[in-house]
Amino acid sequence: MERFRAVCMNDIKSLLKGDKRVIARIVSAVEDGKGEDLLESIFPHTGRSFHIGITGPPGAGKSTLVTSIAKRLLGCDKKVGIIAVDPSSPFSGGALLGDRIRMTDLALKDNIFIRSMASRGSMGGLAQATKDVALVLDAAGMDYVLIETIGVGQVELDIAQVCDTTIVVLVPESGDSIQAMKAGLLEIADIMVVNKGDREGSERLVSELKFAFEMREKEAGWDLPILKTTAIKDEGIEELVLALESHEKHLTKTGKLEQERKKKLLLRMHELIERRIRVHLQKKVIPENEIKQLMESMYKRQLNPYRVAKKIARRIIRGSR
Amino acid sequence: MRGKIRVLVGKPGLDGHDRGAKVVAAALRDAGMEVIYTGLHQTCESIVEAAVQEDVQVIGLSVLSGAHMTIFPKVLKLLKAKKATDILVIGGGIIPIDDMKKLQRIGVRMLFGPGTPTSEIVDWIRSNTSEPKKPSRRAKRSVKKRVTKKRKK
Ligand SMILES: Nc1nc2c(ncn2[C@@H]2O[C@H](COP(=O)(O)OP(=O)(O)O)[C@@H](O)[C@H]2O)c(=O)[nH]1
Ligand SMILES: [Mg+2]
Repeated sequence: MERFRAVCMNDIKSLLKGDKRVIARIVSAVEDGKGEDLLESIFPHTGRSFHIGITGPPGAGKSTLVTSIAKRLLGCDKKVGIIAVDPSSPFSGGALLGDRIRMTDLALKDNIFIRSMASRGSMGGLAQATKDVALVLDAAGMDYVLIETIGVGQVELDIAQVCDTTIVVLVPESGDSIQAMKAGLLEIADIMVVNKGDREGSERLVSELKFAFEMREKEAGWDLPILKTTAIKDEGIEELVLALESHEKHLTKTGKLEQERKKKLLLRMHELIERRIRVHLQKKVIPENEIKQLMESMYKRQLNPYRVAKKIARRIIRGSR
Repeated sequence: MRGKIRVLVGKPGLDGHDRGAKVVAAALRDAGMEVIYTGLHQTCESIVEAAVQEDVQVIGLSVLSGAHMTIFPKVLKLLKAKKATDILVIGGGIIPIDDMKKLQRIGVRMLFGPGTPTSEIVDWIRSNTSEPKKPSRRAKRSVKKRVTKKRKK
């Protein structure tokens, strides 16, 4: 661990220059929860890159779309970072990360950095460290950071909390628009994409979604685009990239970008406070046998859990002063 | 020591049989490792670049095409060029014993023949990633530091 930190602290300059091996090392440290000092020192160098999230059910074509988008951005001389999150096995803790399969022709380009991440037990569609890894790529000089979520099909709200623009990808197979509405996917979308446009039913899904959105209250100044793409044929990508650009412009022009980023930073700080408190709790402020006694009384219904929780919480707060 | 063992499993070259690679990848996952699977028909360049960006400790290559005497040396050379020789290269496939010896002499750390139980591969990776093989001077110093710290306790 110490070896790691020593190496990394000396390498912040290389990180800022975009040295890929150093980026990779720092990402690992952050992923393993050993990067807080590093994050503190790189924070002043962040806030420059634009973060785009791609969420949607497994197999919808997220990785393929990310690849196409990245290619266009590279073509415009932009530096692009990609974070692709896949689930860890809850049983073994291991993971099979396969998003790179779709990104083969990208990996060798100069201005790109691609990293696969395992969710490591986190539930919201991202890994716990994804936000911090995005910061590392930000500091490394990426103009855009594209983040692909696990895509378990439920709402992956985490993504909207990290990204400036969220793309929700659906496919004809993923069910009708009502289901999408139920899942709350429409609320987090800044851009909707119906991928696999070559498949039957894609046109219908597009019109259903358009209809569903007609009935919803609109965000001022932003008319949510609903686009059809065929990622494997590179069709509709031009329009998607244009939509991304205009959303970025919209956010900047209205001041929403700054406003939202402030909100996210506040949220992040709350998260970190919670995390610290959780670590503190694990340090066993209250002796084990005392907890045991309380539990026994509770089992006998002499004490109730609400009262006990209050009591313990009070003790912890006092104890930490 | 690192938190999780990360391994890249790749299939360089032209042959299209990735069953073996997939079986190994799944076994490593089930052993708690994070496996980056890069798929079929990879160039040596893209494998090495992926290994660097993913910061893996091990590259495992499945070579069935008979091209092992070009692929393994090339991967080693590319790693050297990227100053990433701390990444261990292992492999599997149908490789004649003489070739195996030659490859291990130039730096391929381990070669597994067909039918090797996956548990053997898991064990090898576990025992060879737990400590850096040849610690650099800086690493040595901090290892020492750690040891003395422990003693004080
Ligand atoms: N027919 C069709 N297949 C696609 C399209 N886009 C992606 N795919 C395929 O869908 C599968 C899953 O794609 P992938 O990008 O890995 O999806 P992810 O799980 O959402 O990241 C792959 O076999 C892709 O080749 C498309 O536009 N049309
Ligand atoms: Mg994917």
